[in-house]
Amino acid sequence: MSILVLADVHEGQLAGATAHVVAAAKAIGGDIDVLVAGEGVQAAAEEAAKLDGVTKVRVADNAAYAHQLAEPMGGLLVELADDYTHVLASASTTGKNVLPRLAALKDVSQLSDVLAVDSADTFKRPIYAGNAIATVKSDDTLKVITVRTTGFDAVSESGSAPIEAVDVVVENSQSRFVKEELAQSDRPELGGAKVVVSGGRGMGNGENFKLLDGIADKLGAAIGASRAAVDAGFVPNDMQVGQTGKIVAPELYIAVGISGAIQHLAGMKDSKVIVAINKDDEAPIFQVADYGLVGDLFEILPELESKL
Amino acid sequence: MKVLVAVKRVIDYNVKIRVKADHSDVDLTNVKMAMNPFCEIAVEEAVRLKEKGVATEIVVVTVGPKAAQEQLRTALALGADRAIHVETDERAESLAVAKLLAKVVDEEQPGMVILGKQAIDTDNNQTGQMLAALTNLPQGTFASEVAVDDDKVHVTREIDGGLQTVALTLPAIVTTDLRLNEPRYAKLPDIMKAKKKPMDVKTPADYGIEVASRVSLLKVESPAERKGGVKVASVDELIDKLKNEAKVL
Repeated sequence: MSILVLADVHEGQLAGATAHVVAAAKAIGGDIDVLVAGEGVQAAAEEAAKLDGVTKVRVADNAAYAHQLAEPMGGLLVELADDYTHVLASASTTGKNVLPRLAALKDVSQLSDVLAVDSADTFKRPIYAGNAIATVKSDDTLKVITVRTTGFDAVSESGSAPIEAVDVVVENSQSRFVKEELAQSDRPELGGAKVVVSGGRGMGNGENFKLLDGIADKLGAAIGASRAAVDAGFVPNDMQVGQTGKIVAPELYIAVGISGAIQHLAGMKDSKVIVAINKDDEAPIFQVADYGLVGDLFEILPELESKL
Repeated sequence: MKVLVAVKRVIDYNVKIRVKADHSDVDLTNVKMAMNPFCEIAVEEAVRLKEKGVATEIVVVTVGPKAAQEQLRTALALGADRAIHVETDERAESLAVAKLLAKVVDEEQPGMVILGKQAIDTDNNQTGQMLAALTNLPQGTFASEVAVDDDKVHVTREIDGGLQTVALTLPAIVTTDLRLNEPRYAKLPDIMKAKKKPMDVKTPADYGIEVASRVSLLKVESPAERKGGVKVASVDELIDKLKNEAKVL
């Protein structure tokens, strides 16, 4: 078996997600090649070469792949896929954007958001917002898979795989990158943080999210939000945790002023320890919380910050 | 330009699903069904494009059982002009749906196709991208803003870490994210009028497409239950529990 892992690259750096996808590839077994595609991605390729279990790193460093637009990336993967039995990417917005194009061009199905590997052709994946887990078997000769990174522990950085260049260039006149507006943050990345503190509609307004800052600083936590908080305009949408936002599974998840709708639970119920702070003691979040504290968040949050 | 919108009939998003006792699938008998929420957003966007004078005709299409005509009628009541129902009782995977939609695109030659980014039942997030690949058209996935400008469409996409804007040559495939718009409700007179709007019923065989699945569903289980937690009385007790019992601080 031979597996190609599409690396996640952000601004020339290798994203943490890739180490989790390599772990999923190891669970399948076989040679693991990592494809690093983009513009100015040599540093990311060197990072990828250190990942434990990687056989070799293939680098497609070309302006054609800048920002990993779906059309040229799909074309590139189609060129390379014949050498492999499996193509994997993280279920990030890039993986989700690009891999179904490859699958369709190769006339195979895709398995999305795989969270466990049973064997080389049988996998587990969540359906219905994580309220059911399906075991699925693919009969396709090429398995195209996106990986839920929280399902696999990241591999260590003890390897030293060789790096080779890929000289395939895919012309693309159909789509053009215009601009990117990235939210600036010094905090850990939401998907990889050990602790996440999230606010919901109960926070009242965007200004009040500052109440979470001090707690997040003390715990080294990322700050998340429910869809209600995002829709109300309190915080930007890339902070959203849930079925339609980010899926997180930190050691500790603190939900503040979040009722616990199915959609939100889908994004965080695999957290190791869940704490809920809510004034409504009937809120569904208390059914999944290991520790619940009923009360006014405007009194509890400052007290929590000072006592941590 | 003509806009084609794909919709899917799914379990209502408020319903708490049950897994069948024999673990063969999720139990859908006597469960409330509705239009997939991302598809509602797709229909709304098409209607807004028509109101702006960008779209001239809206064609709505679904692949699914006879009952899915309810969702097509809903789309017609919201402002779509006519509907195409590709009727099948088989469990159609994203690839099969994309192949059928590609045939419809071939026939209808729309200037834009709008789909939801994912269906809330299978959570696949594949069909739009697969359709783009099969029709060799550019894709603007997870759109939170769509602006048509002559022969191009500017799509602002929700990506990890923020927003990205791409310019696509029309015709193009767009998939909707939650924040693209707020769908309207169908008014009673429009629901009545929608009953008279044209609906073509086809089968996958009419398009020469096999719906048989390549992926077999071996088992469906409920996720591991979290064991019931405790309520604490104070911040001090909470910190104590997190330090000494859960050992996460």
